[in-house]
Amino acid sequence: MSVRHALLALLSEGPKYGLRLQREFEERTGEVWPLNVGQVYTTLQRLERDGLVESDGTDSVQKDFTITSDGRTELVDWLRTPPSSKIPPRDELVIKVLVAAKVPGIQVHDVIQSHRRHLVETMQTFTRLKAESRPEEVELAMVVDAELFRLEGVVRWLDAADARLGGLEAVTDSVEVPQPARADADVRR
Amino acid sequence: MRSVLEMHQVSKTHGSGAMEVHALKEVNFAVNGGEMVAIMGPSGSGKSTLLTIAGCLENATAGEVLIDGAAVSGMSRDEQARMRRRSIGYVFQDFNLLAGLTAAENVSLPLELDGVATSSARAAGLDALRTLGLDDRAGAFPDDLSGGERQRVAIARAVVGHRRLLLADEPSGALDSANGETVMRLLRDICRRGMAVVVVTHDSQIAAWADRVLFLRDGRMVDQGTAPRGPESLLNEGLDL
Repeated sequence: MSVRHALLALLSEGPKYGLRLQREFEERTGEVWPLNVGQVYTTLQRLERDGLVESDGTDSVQKDFTITSDGRTELVDWLRTPPSSKIPPRDELVIKVLVAAKVPGIQVHDVIQSHRRHLVETMQTFTRLKAESRPEEVELAMVVDAELFRLEGVVRWLDAADARLGGLEAVTDSVEVPQPARADADVRR
Repeated sequence: MRSVLEMHQVSKTHGSGAMEVHALKEVNFAVNGGEMVAIMGPSGSGKSTLLTIAGCLENATAGEVLIDGAAVSGMSRDEQARMRRRSIGYVFQDFNLLAGLTAAENVSLPLELDGVATSSARAAGLDALRTLGLDDRAGAFPDDLSGGERQRVAIARAVVGHRRLLLADEPSGALDSANGETVMRLLRDICRRGMAVVVVTHDSQIAAWADRVLFLRDGRMVDQGTAPRGPESLLNEGLDL
């Protein structure tokens, strides 16, 4: 989340002071991302240093900031730049499932199910938040939707991993060679 | 509070000998009035079999199903059929509306089949359509309705009269996400008015509308989630900056 660009977006509507920017940022993001006012002022100072905003020069707490033409260019460029779609270097869940498949005495399907249950419980909490929100709280619904679609994707990956590992076991089981004794051979649910 | 639906050690076996398939194995669960339970599982896990047994559309091979405290196994076929018509509503992925009947006629049909006078059945049907915001579409035929409207008519048909249990099989499977959400909001509202609702789905976004989620795998209930936590818990789960 780029606080820097979110503040530029809010200033594109007209001059605003720090506390107002903090309040509007929280309202526009469905009040899901709290932002402390110190972070707002630090970011505004950096934007001013970089020539992207100008202040009215007073020392008042309600000092107004205005976006500059360089700031507008920066904002438009940022809005149109695709976010990074690089694979995260270490996705913890992927690593856990890959490792669990090889750890003796661990049922990988049980590991997958415990993560699936946790994710679905989190999705229930998000869904309840959306269900109880007012129809006019569009920003909140959009933020919640984004999280729900992301979590759904992770659950679908777990489902696919579960099916792939099940298929691998079926292939292994069909090969007629003596298998090492497995205490858990018939436990898979 | 007495459960509307109870399943005790319910198993279902198809075929015999080498062809024997165990669709359900010793399944236990209960659903109270005003509660929505989702049953999640991959294709072939036994979800639809579980729903047809819960809805008295087929019998269990072993175990006991109770609807409002009454054991289904002790009922004659006629009594089971009466139970289906009066107490249980069904919502399917592909709506299952009769193309030759209007929305209002589709909704009132279960009551008319149960012997309710046509005028009373139609009045109850219109009332159910009104509850779902579809009273202005009462005279439309299914082919003239959108997918979302068709599913809302199907839900009206499932709740018309004084039913206690609503069973839904992938209720939003044929809908886009906005219409799917509308359907789940309606099912949630119906549930809040006292019906017990069971939804089977492979879709985690649909299951997330439930009060409780049960997980089915290879015919067995392998896990169940706990009640949803309060929204404040979300702030501790990576939504900070």
